Amino acid sequence: MKNKKEFNIILAGIGGQGIITLTQVLAEAALIEKLDVKTSELHGLSQRGGSVETHVRFGKEIHSPLIRQGGASLIISLEAQEALKAYYYGTKTKTQFLVNDFIKPILDAKKSFSSKGISRELKKFSKKTIFIPASKIAKEKLGNEVLTGIYLLGYAVFKKLIPLKPNSILKAIKKVVPEKYFELNKKAFELAKKL
Amino acid sequence: MDKVLSKKVGEKVMLLGNEAIVRGVLESGVQFVSTYPGTPASEIGNTFFKIENSKFKIPNLYFEFSTNEKVAMEVGAGASFSGLRTLVAMKNFGLNVASDFLIPLVYSGVKGGMVILVADDPGCSSSAQSEQNSRTFAQLAHIPVLEPSTPQECKDFTKFAFELSEKYKIPVMVRETTRVALQSGIVKLGKIVQGKRKGKFIKDPHQFVTMPPRVLEMKKELLEKIEKIRKEVSEKSPLNKNSGGQSSAISKVGVVTSGVSHLYAMEALRELNLNLPVLKLGFFNPLPEEKIKKFIKNLKKVLIVEELEPYLEKDIARLAKDVNCNLKIIGKELVPEVNELRPEIVLQAVAKITGKKFKIKNSLEIKNLKLKIPRRKPQLCPGCPYWLIFQGVKKAADPKKVIFGGEIGCYMLAGLPPHNVQDYLYCMGSSVGIAHGIKKATNQKLIAFVGDSSFYHSGIPALINASSNNSNPLIIIMDNQTTAMTGHQPHPGIEKTGMGEPSPKIKIEDIVKACGVKNLKIIDPINQKEFVKTVKDFLSKKTVSVIIARRPCIFVK
Repeated sequence: MKNKKEFNIILAGIGGQGIITLTQVLAEAALIEKLDVKTSELHGLSQRGGSVETHVRFGKEIHSPLIRQGGASLIISLEAQEALKAYYYGTKTKTQFLVNDFIKPILDAKKSFSSKGISRELKKFSKKTIFIPASKIAKEKLGNEVLTGIYLLGYAVFKKLIPLKPNSILKAIKKVVPEKYFELNKKAFELAKKL
Repeated sequence: MDKVLSKKVGEKVMLLGNEAIVRGVLESGVQFVSTYPGTPASEIGNTFFKIENSKFKIPNLYFEFSTNEKVAMEVGAGASFSGLRTLVAMKNFGLNVASDFLIPLVYSGVKGGMVILVADDPGCSSSAQSEQNSRTFAQLAHIPVLEPSTPQECKDFTKFAFELSEKYKIPVMVRETTRVALQSGIVKLGKIVQGKRKGKFIKDPHQFVTMPPRVLEMKKELLEKIEKIRKEVSEKSPLNKNSGGQSSAISKVGVVTSGVSHLYAMEALRELNLNLPVLKLGFFNPLPEEKIKKFIKNLKKVLIVEELEPYLEKDIARLAKDVNCNLKIIGKELVPEVNELRPEIVLQAVAKITGKKFKIKNSLEIKNLKLKIPRRKPQLCPGCPYWLIFQGVKKAADPKKVIFGGEIGCYMLAGLPPHNVQDYLYCMGSSVGIAHGIKKATNQKLIAFVGDSSFYHSGIPALINASSNNSNPLIIIMDNQTTAMTGHQPHPGIEKTGMGEPSPKIKIEDIVKACGVKNLKIIDPINQKEFVKTVKDFLSKKTVSVIIARRPCIFVK
């Protein structure tokens, strides 16, 4: 990371999508690049299929584990409606959204929301919004939707949405993910390289 | 687990606050750890459980999941009385359960260093029941309380707490909050120390028997001990320090803070480009009163940044009377008492007291937001046996007529759609006690849910009470054969200890029978027909009925 000031990432999605693993990968990658890092996550009741939101911050010196309102540099969401719920952290001048174009209906919602509608709203909170059918790609090209998050992370790194080196992320994946799944995760991570 | 056990001294690793607590314990030569699981403290027990069930088992370290927190604390005290260093870990509500024992324990004091780790949950992200501030036990029990802010401090404060405890023969509480316990950050590792003491209980009724009139002497000795710790340690300790820029002798405005709030305050000062003095208090009890007085003496204004109730604020108001009666103390008017703090709340509070103009950029957009997406509520896992139980109960009992009692655990999701079978919800064990009271006070039908781990934890006395007082609620014990919500820890119904050793199975049905319950059936809720029929049948019994709905959690192998 060249500009060492700070970089703030919100990871959003639904419990069970592997968001805690992504959080750990990012934190370990930042540590590998000798940056200060903080993350914040929640366990217990909040992991039971509800909305999940974790915070990852890295830079020269990081105090708070939480990103403040309007303070996100990048918001990666593994579900489109959850992306909109993360609007709180987005600002027009600073924030980029990388969103998995996938909708899982909310149980007692009166209507469902379209990616288009969500994208329109997100524009007010972001300088750039990218929608990618990551779940579909993970399923078709990797045979497993569980890899959606790692694929999106690869997209973010190779498109330089995150100021960390691909090699640092790979090293971090090796540290965090069980050994037998490393090759598959590596494949998922590098899929976006060729785009 | 690998990182927690790393032997590379000086290595910098990413650890959660809770993992750093474990590392601090391992670097302190602790030989005894007991806990009852509860978020946000669960990872502590889970990590020890993993260690003790792996090839990295640590020699001379005993670990157990106790039946409940009170038992955990008693067990830990026994080891400490025998000279071993001991950690007891629990979530906030666990301390309430343990408090009956905690208060006299602090009177008598301990031998081997004893640390009580308590994790509060401001904002209740993982806690029904209440937004408890366990710092209040400092006043109630006169126990020293330390508050770390970061994972590094979680480790350092834990080590320091063992030293303090052993030196002054007093249990020491380390209090975390969710954003400390589940915050990860860089931790510099020290050396793992293997405890080598041989436990021996040396008889000393003078210390360990809390009978009057000796108990009043003990209280006097305790109060003197706390004053000694205040003077000799708290006043001098680097745990209480000015972590800001300027000296408080020059500045007109200062900040006093502790725990995770300190991190938000530092973030705010940086963003606003301010150089204020910040008194960070690692000791919540005993407070370094002289240090605080010195800090506030020349200030015009002081901002107290603390989560939940204004305890520091009240103490500082008291101390200011002596040294600076014109000091303007700003706390809860800008820093709310309900819900956890967030960096932007502290940022705005600091901006306001210093007269800095600051506006958060997306506020207007948030105000004009058109699409409002509802909260995605937590759900039972697909395939969870509780789906079958709630479904069966609704088939058997008209939710308009029958009362449903709930408790803490995965089954508290009974209160959410699509189930909606929860008319009250309090602490573990309470569903049965309340059920009995309602049955005695009314002629309404009632079903009380209690989990298997909760039943062992505190449901048994309530069942004995209901049965021995001729009550007739229907109690459904939701036996998924694990402590599911907190990460699948074993309990007395599982033939395995925290050390991974085989142990006798304490059968729920044997306990229920021993409580004098005549109407008892064990049913796998997949047999819906039988389950529904039994619920209907048991609802009209004259004496207490119990259904053990037994089907393992999908994560139990």
